[in-house]
Amino acid sequence: MPDVISQDGSIRQDDWIVVPRPAEGESLDTPEQSKALIPADLWLAGYEHFTGRDDIGVWFDSHDEPEMLAGKFQELSVIAVNFPKFSDGRGYSIARLLRERFGYENELRAIGDVLLDQLQFMKRCGFDAYVLRPDKDINKAARCLNFFSQGYQAATDTDLPLFRRRAS
Amino acid sequence: MYVYDEHDRQIAAERVAQFRDQTERALAGELAEEEFLPLRLQNGLYVQRLAPMLRIAVPYGMLRADQLRRLARITRDYDKGYAHFTTRQNVQLNWPALEDVPDILAELAEVEMHANQTSGNCIRNTTTDQFSGVQSDEIADPRPYCEIIRQWSTFHPEFAFLPRKFKVAVNASEKTDRAAIQVHDIGLQMVRNDAGDLGFRVHVGGGLGRTPMVGPVIRDFLPEADLLTYLEAVLRVYNRYGRRDNKFKARIKILVKALTPEAFAEKVEAEWSHIKDSPSRLTRDAIDRIQAYFTEPDYQNVDHDTELLAKQRFEHRGFDQWLSHNVDTHKKPGYAIVTLTMKETGTPPGDVTDRQLEQIADLADEFSFGEVRVTHQQNVVLADVRQDRLLELWQAIVPMGFGTANLNTLTDVICCPGGDFCALANAKSIPVAEAIQRRFDDLDYLYDLGNIDLNISGCMNACGHHHVGNIGVLGVDKKGEEFYQISLGGSSHHDATIGKILGPSFAREDMPDVVAKIIDVYVDKRTEEESFLDTYRRVGIDPFKERVYA
Repeated sequence: MPDVISQDGSIRQDDWIVVPRPAEGESLDTPEQSKALIPADLWLAGYEHFTGRDDIGVWFDSHDEPEMLAGKFQELSVIAVNFPKFSDGRGYSIARLLRERFGYENELRAIGDVLLDQLQFMKRCGFDAYVLRPDKDINKAARCLNFFSQGYQAATDTDLPLFRRRAS
Repeated sequence: MYVYDEHDRQIAAERVAQFRDQTERALAGELAEEEFLPLRLQNGLYVQRLAPMLRIAVPYGMLRADQLRRLARITRDYDKGYAHFTTRQNVQLNWPALEDVPDILAELAEVEMHANQTSGNCIRNTTTDQFSGVQSDEIADPRPYCEIIRQWSTFHPEFAFLPRKFKVAVNASEKTDRAAIQVHDIGLQMVRNDAGDLGFRVHVGGGLGRTPMVGPVIRDFLPEADLLTYLEAVLRVYNRYGRRDNKFKARIKILVKALTPEAFAEKVEAEWSHIKDSPSRLTRDAIDRIQAYFTEPDYQNVDHDTELLAKQRFEHRGFDQWLSHNVDTHKKPGYAIVTLTMKETGTPPGDVTDRQLEQIADLADEFSFGEVRVTHQQNVVLADVRQDRLLELWQAIVPMGFGTANLNTLTDVICCPGGDFCALANAKSIPVAEAIQRRFDDLDYLYDLGNIDLNISGCMNACGHHHVGNIGVLGVDKKGEEFYQISLGGSSHHDATIGKILGPSFAREDMPDVVAKIIDVYVDKRTEEESFLDTYRRVGIDPFKERVYA
């Protein structure tokens, strides 16, 4: 069971398992005892089968286009975005689009190569759950989420850039 | 000049604490080298050939006297007593210790300075014309917009891990482009539309490096209020679709070229349509608030005294030469723009000692309202000097080494630190600059040659902007030996052009002779009015090839 960090840095455990993309020719193997996050395109392909199930969520890889699930986001209780390498910044744009463009309001989880110093950016882009890479010290997450008390620009966390807050 | 308010101060202080924490974790082994790498780079910290190098941001080139004095103190306390002005208007220290960097940042924060995003795959320091606000032909002062971009881009949460580095430059003059905007990832040319509204012509996808390109226009007119939302749209398209599989194809110019500028522009417009009316759209109040920091200094009403200057010119030949070359016309009668050249032969271009930094600070206080500007040609500008004090200023700076009257001539070389300092370099660049400066030491001859941009880079990364030099020099490595390739015909101005490679490269000791032959061809072929670039454009590269490889 993964340790999941919340936006305030608190730690909880849950039973969402990330199901990797099956190899070419193999079929998707969802666990029976646990809730599963499956590749978004496969969820869409098996929509009849998966829709309405609260034990199934999806994950996007960094090269995926979140637009593919337009109109269906609110059916999902958890969406994860994978960071294949921490230096691959596409997941930040995906997260903002999910929140700000498509109005997704349920849990948005960062998975993959998630390190401490990236948490602050993830938080501002709308992620509210983080599964830290296991070798990193989870007890430092709260500190790393809160180095900054404010940002200059608008993002998912606030639509008011500093120039508007200064004016008020 | 912009002054921090309590928000800026708080963010700066929090940044210092964050980097201190990151450095401690790195030194404790909790961060792998590859994990610390982007964190330190986004703080301007390279690990170099001999020591770490710290690049300190000088937003759009503006420095106050107290900041110069603090830089001087830092070079003394933490380094070897000198610093280097870079080709992007920043300042570099060559020898700081890694564990001292958090303390250096704390010292910088006290004078409203930082090293944020001076390297790494993020939005870098926004650069502009060093004559902003004091030239007569600009559309509007570009610095408030640079500051607006600085704030927007600082720790932008979506764009901290772009495919590659990202550089924005703004130009405001109609006639000249001293900011080289067409060779930036985004180049913003200030314009007014037919209705008289202020805005920007947007170039995207210019750049130097391995694949030099002049940036095409993707929008003819962007209203000023839409600046940030449009930049955000461009960056989002780039962040999502820029190549990440190959470092050498990761700059936005490759994406723009692959999609075509038209298709890229359509993608940006589509993205922008969703966000253009968001609260990130600038308000009149927000622009006014920043503009209020860039008001005119307290100019006195002094006459434009041509008689006095003529008399002084007659009495001091050196002053006469300096006035003709290093002093520019100011919009305010009775004032002048002075460029202090950091190009004394025998000193690496752009290098200054701690003492010189303090001297520049004193000059700023004494002659120019306590402010200076760093240029991308690695010189320093005193923008507001009274004409009747020019002689006094000249007499003060000559012994300091800032009075070499070679601005914009062949020996006003743009030059990266090269193989003497930089771990990326294939070859040394400083000795080449020096050898050429020694060869062309006759000022009268230099003046006769007119303006020639000679730009030297020690490697393909092109920090010395060699592609856009009228004469460009690129250090290359051939089986472990240093060679130099020459290109001709480049320009970074409104007529931006990438230079053409002359032919096979040369050994270092041959470089002064080779440059001399190139200059000889120009002297032989030119008409009375032609600059080097004019002649090159008229006669083409062949006559140069024939002479050099004869």
